[in-house]
Amino acid sequence: MKKIVERCYLGIICVFLYAPIFTLMVLSFNESKSMAKWGGFSLRWYQEMFQDEAIREAIWNTLAIALISAVVATLLGTLACIGIQKMKSSSRAVILMLNNIPMVNSDIVTGISLMLIFVAFGISLNRNTVLIAHITFCIPYVVLSVLPKMKQAGKTTYEAALDLGATPIQAFIKVVLPEIRPGIVSGFLMAFTMSVDDFIITHFTRGAGVNTLSTLIYSQVKVGIRPSIYALSTVMFATVLILLIVANFLPGYREKRTKKAGG
Amino acid sequence: MGSLIDLVKISKSFDGAKVLDELDLSVQENEFITLLGPSGCGKTTTLRIIGGFEKPDEGQVLFEGKDIAAVPPNKRHLNTVFQKYALFPHMNIEENIAFGLKISGKSKNYIRDKIRYALKLVNLDGYEKRSVASLSGGQQQRIAIARAIVNEPRVLLLDEPLGALDLKLRQDMQYELIRLKNELGITFIYVTHDQEEALTMSDKVVVMNQGYIQQMGTPEEIYNEPENAFVADFIGDSNILNGIMLQDRLVEILGYQFACVDEGFGRNKPVDVVIRPEDIVLKQPGEGTLDGVVSHLIFKGVHYEMEVQAGGFEWLIQSTGCYPVGTPVSISVDPFNIQIMNKPASEDEEAIGVDE
Repeated sequence: MKKIVERCYLGIICVFLYAPIFTLMVLSFNESKSMAKWGGFSLRWYQEMFQDEAIREAIWNTLAIALISAVVATLLGTLACIGIQKMKSSSRAVILMLNNIPMVNSDIVTGISLMLIFVAFGISLNRNTVLIAHITFCIPYVVLSVLPKMKQAGKTTYEAALDLGATPIQAFIKVVLPEIRPGIVSGFLMAFTMSVDDFIITHFTRGAGVNTLSTLIYSQVKVGIRPSIYALSTVMFATVLILLIVANFLPGYREKRTKKAGG
Repeated sequence: MGSLIDLVKISKSFDGAKVLDELDLSVQENEFITLLGPSGCGKTTTLRIIGGFEKPDEGQVLFEGKDIAAVPPNKRHLNTVFQKYALFPHMNIEENIAFGLKISGKSKNYIRDKIRYALKLVNLDGYEKRSVASLSGGQQQRIAIARAIVNEPRVLLLDEPLGALDLKLRQDMQYELIRLKNELGITFIYVTHDQEEALTMSDKVVVMNQGYIQQMGTPEEIYNEPENAFVADFIGDSNILNGIMLQDRLVEILGYQFACVDEGFGRNKPVDVVIRPEDIVLKQPGEGTLDGVVSHLIFKGVHYEMEVQAGGFEWLIQSTGCYPVGTPVSISVDPFNIQIMNKPASEDEEAIGVDE
């Protein structure tokens, strides 16, 4: 009996969480334009989506910004971790707090303050300002993902590499990097999804005419939504879902595999 | 014969706390030298300074007479076996051992031969393709040793390499290390807090405490003739008593007179006296120097360990004979087994004495 209640409870929660998204997905395949009537299965809206110039540009913008900001944030975040690792524990605590604040800070504050600083320094808002903003808010996530791996690796293997004749750079590339790679990969994927996902910060830092998927959808909502937006949302959801699955399972899978090969 | 490594007046502090204070140490070629002491005595720091992982605040590190204080670890002719093995987890055994050789640009054939030779040396031939995680602690430790020695270092530094192993394995590895040392003919500098390890393996033992060298000598010298109460207490079990040197070859302990073999302390001088528990002979009451009663008895396997209340002192005694608690006994010590030490003369010396 207890088990049945447990299952039901879990089921209800899942329904609440996923029913809206499921509805959206179903409607994206609806031949009819109405939200209330099922007009048969169709890929019509997907086709329309890919023919729409504005949507295509938004997809391109989103992917380009996400990719570049994830790469740059991963690079900067990893370098930051090397520095943080070498700090005394007191200053490390301060830096980690400074690192965590932007993550818990509400997006709207981050977005407005970034916009203000761009305007204050006379930088006109365009795609590059969005890029800078995305790099800024992605770095903390990379640090959060890489630092534990760095701690786990410790400095003994690094010192062992030095001891065996490697220069500090060789030691880092050959010994430290492979050990923290899972952290770097998940940090990168996290940054990428965060960037794809973001609406508020993008909204405040983009210039006129620059749209990512989320800002495009938002602007279309104002003029009346077309089902092609459902299709677009479905694609976005699927992409983020896949990335999340990869980010969560890839490092674990790889560790398991090496262990198996060993045993 | 010139020494291989000389540490000259090395001082080192961490965050204002002095870890090493004007330490002098010389290591001879082909010597098994052990730095022994409780945790925090500066032994690991000394090793890390030799390895190049720490820079001394003051003093010189001489390698064959040349100062290498500024030489980074990767340019030094020595290799280290780390406390936690520090094998590279993403590489297999072969790649781990080949790491140093590849960096120095050795040929493929040379590397392959060296790996085979090193694995044979540590009794793990055939383990080339195994992963690090599949090896037991003892095996990982052997691989760490193999990885260090393939580079043909002049000196091998070992930082408590057996600390994480169980007792039986540790004893096996001690013999293994002695054998390796003899086969390779290189200098071993070994750090441990385990006095038994130090006594078993070393040519020379350096007992350290609070950044100072307390005594340096062969294992026999350290055990039989400790220079101060700290060394006596740290190495093995001992009874440390206050005594008065009445005259040459006669010491008064707890009001009883014991014959001894030490001379030159002067008359009526307060001294520390060390008597090893296995050197005390128990006799029938009245037959020894002072009488007492057995207060504790523990069976230790090789011998019985007893505590005897006599003359207001609790004597620790190890004997193969068993005397049940409450037995009246008499204590007797061979004059040769009484070790007399000067009391610490100054406060500074006091500071480096027993603190446990």
